Amino acid sequence: MAKYLLLKHYRGAPAPVNDVPMDRWTPQEISAHVQYMNDFAARLEKTGEFVDSQALAPEGAFVQYGGEGRPPVTDGPFAETKDLIAGWMVIDVDTYERALELAGELSAAPGAGGKPIHEWLEVRPFLAAPPTITE
Amino acid sequence: MDEVLLRSLTPSVLGILVRRGADFAAAEDAVQDALVEALRVWPASPPRDAKGWLVAVAWRRFLDARRADASRRRREDLVHEEPAPGPASAVDDTLQLYFLCAHPSLTPSSAVALTLRAVGGLTTRQIAQAYLVPEATMAQRISRAKRTVAGSGVSPAHGEKPRARGRFGQPGDVATVLRVLYLVFNEGYSGDVDLAAEAIRLTRQLAATIDHPEVAGLLALMLLHHARRAARTAPDGSLVPLAEQDRGRWDTALIAEGVEILQAALARDRLGEFQAQAAVAALHADAPTAEETDWVQIVEWYDELTRLTGSPVVRLNRAVAVGEADGPRAGLAALAELDVSLPRHTAVAAYLHERDGDLATAARLYAEAALKAPDLAERDHLTRQAARLNTRRRP
Repeated sequence: MAKYLLLKHYRGAPAPVNDVPMDRWTPQEISAHVQYMNDFAARLEKTGEFVDSQALAPEGAFVQYGGEGRPPVTDGPFAETKDLIAGWMVIDVDTYERALELAGELSAAPGAGGKPIHEWLEVRPFLAAPPTITE
Repeated sequence: MDEVLLRSLTPSVLGILVRRGADFAAAEDAVQDALVEALRVWPASPPRDAKGWLVAVAWRRFLDARRADASRRRREDLVHEEPAPGPASAVDDTLQLYFLCAHPSLTPSSAVALTLRAVGGLTTRQIAQAYLVPEATMAQRISRAKRTVAGSGVSPAHGEKPRARGRFGQPGDVATVLRVLYLVFNEGYSGDVDLAAEAIRLTRQLAATIDHPEVAGLLALMLLHHARRAARTAPDGSLVPLAEQDRGRWDTALIAEGVEILQAALARDRLGEFQAQAAVAALHADAPTAEETDWVQIVEWYDELTRLTGSPVVRLNRAVAVGEADGPRAGLAALAELDVSLPRHTAVAAYLHERDGDLATAARLYAEAALKAPDLAERDHLTRQAARLNTRRRP
């Protein structure tokens, strides 16, 4: 078993196929989208593949050590080009193929017109400790 | 095995150990050990006197721990000074715990964790689950809090009478305890512990221990909010605004109890912020339909609250009430006096613009407010509002 991080982006990922801002959907389409994500997570919980899932607020800042005795430095008002993570899901699956399969499924969440968004998700394996026994 | 009974006994058992001279952190550990032991032993052989059993086991655990790291002389002193068995008054002990756990040098999150553990008798695992953090994280948070409290000197020295009653003369202390309880209540619930219900249980206990109109005010406020809980979310987890809630699903028994407690508190003529908030909640609970809400009186209570707290959040709520009582234009005028960076300012503006008929502005503001929403349910709700208006405006 290995853990993978599935990242959703506000910004920084290629544009999805069904690219309509959420406030242009109908309320029913939003509910269907949320339901799809909840069902997906619930299903993974049943298969024992779910670890964690969280959404992030859009505001964020880059922070840097500012030097001895000085406050930390944060990025200014010109941060709009940076990558923005909207949320993540952590899964714990047997193979990389399974991780890709699940990410593909999550990317098919319905959006405007009830059609899949085809959103690009980033899949990142967790670095684990090396196994004690290597064969 | 009655876990609720166990939890309700926890504070007085802990209080007795502290009064006998155990320092807070060691006493707390000993009581947790005793609770675990009770869960193991009681199903097969339930004790006749549950509290006496817990005190005996916890005290033995405390002495065992002492024996491990303190001198033999010290232990003998403690054994020697053990009071004769008999009914102990739980009143001072429990009250003292509330104050210890709301100690001003603790951060709010530590004060909450310590209160749930020491006064509420929850396990570290339960608290961790309720706050969605790893158990190890919560264990550290609690033990740091215990160290802070143990070193603070608030805990009475050996043989000294607990100071809770004396300290209670200072209203600032009560306010801190109430704020901690309200934080617990507002955390809602998740996992196997219902924090709102837990907060109500603890506040009831506090209200039974001391006589203070603001304690009653907070209890009334919690009961009135809690009464609406079933109606506040749809089956799919989405938020249902007050005006759209199915009032048939409100818990009328809780409402009646809350109103009664509030009226008794108000009659004492020592108004405080929780009583005033409860009064607003009571006016909502009292209306058979959203349209019949007595908004004029609600505005008056918000005026009282503004006077008591000066809080900008209160003034934001007041703007909503003014919008209902005197129309959306008046509401927008009240809103214009407030800082736009206030949380939910944009959402309120969106709502008032919609009521005023300016759907395009309202839709834009709802979408903007959704980006600033503090939680998912609220974000989804606001996005739906924007979508609803945009759908309606679509040609």
